Amino acid sequence: MTIELFSAMAKSVVDGDPDKAASLARAALVGGVNAAEAIEKGFIPGIHEVGALWESGEYFLPELIASAEAMKSAMAILRPAAAGAGAALKEGTVVIGTVEGDIHDIGKNLVSAMLAANGFEVIDLGADVKLSAFIEAARKSGADIICVSALLTTTMLNQRRLVDLLVEHGLRGRFKVLVGGAPTSQKWAEEIGADGYGENAAAAVRAARALMGKERS
Amino acid sequence: MIPALRPKLEFLSPALVDQILGEAYRILEHTGVFFENEEARALFRKAGQNVDDDSQRVRFSRRLVQSALVSTPASIELYDRSGNRSYRIGGDDVHFDPGSSGTRVLDQATGRERKPETADLVKIARLTEVLSHLDFQSTSLVSADVPGEIADDYRLYLALLYSAKPVVTGTFRVSGFQPMFEMLCAVRGGAEALKEKPLAIFDACPSPPLRWSRLTSQSLINCARAGIPSELISMGMTGATSPATIAGTLVQHVVENLAGLTLAQLAQPGAPVIFGGSPSSFDMRQGTTPMGAIETMMIDCAYAQLGKRLGLPTHAYMALSDAKTNDAQAGFETGIGAVLAALAGINVVSGPGMLDYENTISLEKMVTDDEICALALRLVDGIVPREEILAAHLFENFGPETNFLTMPHTRKWYRAEHLLPIVVDRDPYDTWTAKGGKTINDRGADRVRALLAENPPNLLSADVASELRRIMETDARFNGAGPLPSLPA
Repeated sequence: MTIELFSAMAKSVVDGDPDKAASLARAALVGGVNAAEAIEKGFIPGIHEVGALWESGEYFLPELIASAEAMKSAMAILRPAAAGAGAALKEGTVVIGTVEGDIHDIGKNLVSAMLAANGFEVIDLGADVKLSAFIEAARKSGADIICVSALLTTTMLNQRRLVDLLVEHGLRGRFKVLVGGAPTSQKWAEEIGADGYGENAAAAVRAARALMGKERS
Repeated sequence: MIPALRPKLEFLSPALVDQILGEAYRILEHTGVFFENEEARALFRKAGQNVDDDSQRVRFSRRLVQSALVSTPASIELYDRSGNRSYRIGGDDVHFDPGSSGTRVLDQATGRERKPETADLVKIARLTEVLSHLDFQSTSLVSADVPGEIADDYRLYLALLYSAKPVVTGTFRVSGFQPMFEMLCAVRGGAEALKEKPLAIFDACPSPPLRWSRLTSQSLINCARAGIPSELISMGMTGATSPATIAGTLVQHVVENLAGLTLAQLAQPGAPVIFGGSPSSFDMRQGTTPMGAIETMMIDCAYAQLGKRLGLPTHAYMALSDAKTNDAQAGFETGIGAVLAALAGINVVSGPGMLDYENTISLEKMVTDDEICALALRLVDGIVPREEILAAHLFENFGPETNFLTMPHTRKWYRAEHLLPIVVDRDPYDTWTAKGGKTINDRGADRVRALLAENPPNLLSADVASELRRIMETDARFNGAGPLPSLPA
C-alpha cells in the first residue's frame, strides 16, 4: 500500500502535477505515513527521475519547472511534519533574488526552480531586491547560500556591494555567495570575492552543490 | 516602362491581423499595463484613463489609443550630423544599423570575447561611417573603461565625435537623458533645430510582460518632448515572458508597444515613435534567447506587418547571430535575418556585427555583414526592366561572334544590376589558395585593417567637439567618475 503511495508521489513530481502531489502528501499524513519517509522514498525519487529526464534531453524547462512546483507543494505540507528529519533531507537553504535596480528575473526564476527541483529549500525574494533584504532573509532562514542575479552591467555592481556589505556586517563567513546573470562571469565572481558563478541554471545547481559539499567536509 | 515589383513578405492573413489587434485592445482595456513612472500615470489620469496608483496599473480606453495612433507620424526624417543628408524611416524603406549595447567585443587577436574599451567604440564608429550599407550608427558597445554610471552618454559622446551618421542609442538611467540631449543639441545647434532635424533614435524597452519601468517611461516622455524618435523595444520571450505561441506573443507585443506609444503621444502629440522590438523564441533547454532562431525572425516580420497596418514606422533586431565566432552559423543566421527583414520592409534593422545573443560585437563580422546588407537591399530593389526594350535590340546583329562582354549595354548596366562584393569569396580555387586560403573571418579582418588605414576619421568640428567634451566631463564629475579615458590619436 505504502509502496504504491510512494510511487504515486514520485509520479506526481515526474508529471509536474502540484495538486496531485499536495493531495498525496496530505493522504500520507492522514494515513499515518512518516513525513520524512514520504519525502525520502516518495517525492525525492521523483525529482531524481526528473533530473535524469532532463539530462537525457527528454525534459525541457517547462517540464522541469512544473516538477519543481509539484515538489514545492508536497514539501510545503510534509516539511513541517518532518520537523528535524526534514533538515537532513535537504541539500541546503538558498536565498535568491535579482539585485536592486534590476527587474529582470527570468534567469533567476530558472535557477530558483532548478535549485528547488534538486532538493534545496529556496527562498525567492523576487526582482529589484534591496541588498539589506538579502541579508535579512538569509539571517532569518539560516541560509547556506545567497544567490544574486543581475542582467545589466550597471546593476551587476550591486553584486559587489552585497559581498562588501556582508563583510561590513561580519557575516561574510556565514553565507556563501553565488552570482549569475548575462554580464557576469567566473572572473567577475573572483574579482568581487563571491564564492561561485553559474553560467546557466544547471551550472548554478552544480555550483551550489559544490559549495554545500565544501561545507560538509 | 513597367515598374519593378518590390518583393514583399507577409505572414499574417487579414483575419489574423484583425484578431491580434482585437485581443490587444481588449487587454489594454481590461487587463491594462503596469507603469512604474508617476509622471506617466499622471498623464494617463489626466487623459481620463483608469489608473490605479497602488498596483501601478493603467487601463486604456480604445478611443485614447486610437487617437494616439492618429497623432503618431507615419514616417520620420532622420538627419546626419551635418544636417544635409536625410533618411526617411517609413514606407517599406530599409535601413541597417549595427546591433546595439553589446557588453563584449570579439577580440580578433585572441578569438575570444573581452570587455570593450574606448578604442573599440571609436573603431566601430569609424567603421560604421565608411560601411555604405549601414545607414545609421548605433552605440554598439558599452565601454568598460568608464564607470557604469556614465556608460550611456559616454557611448553617444564617442559616436558623435567619430561618425556623421545618425545614431541609434538610449539611456541606462533617468539622469542620462539630460547630458545626451545636450550633446545632440550642441551638434545640431539648439533644441529647436534638433526637433526640426532629429539626429538620434532612443530605444525604450518595456519589461515583459506588460510593464513599462520608471526609466523607460521617462525616456519616452523626455524624447517625445524633445522631438527625439523613440524606438519601442518589446521583447517577450516565448513561453517565458510572453505566450509560447508566436500569435500569442504578437498580441502581447502590440499591447506593450501601443501602451508606450500612447504615453509618448500624451507627453507630446505628434511625437515620433517607431514600432519596434527584440522579442525572441525562448530556448527551453538553455534558457537563452536565440536571435537567430527562425521563430524569432517570424515574430519580427509579423509584428512589423502589424506596425505597418497601424500606420507606423517599424524596427527589429535582425541580421545578427547567436554564434560565438564568425563561423557558418554567424553567416547563415545573419543572412537569413537580413533578407527576411528587407522582404518584410522593416525600416530600421539593428543587428549587423552582432553575435552571442546581442552581447558581442565583432568588427570582422560587421564588415562581412555590410555585404549581407547589400545583398538584402539588392534583393528588394527587385527586377527592374531598366530600358523600354529589355533585350530584343541586343540580338539584332546576332551571330556566332555575339559576345555580351563587349556590348555598351553591359558596361551601362552591370554595376547597377550586380553587386561586386569584396569580403565574400568569389576566387577560383587556385587563386584562393594562393592568397592564403583565408576564411571569411580572415578576409573580414583584412578589410577592417584596410578600411581603418585608408579612411581618416570623420571628426566633429573642434569647437563642437570641445562642447561635447565639456558636457561629458561635467556628467562624469557629477557622478564621481575619474578622468575620462584618453581618445586614440
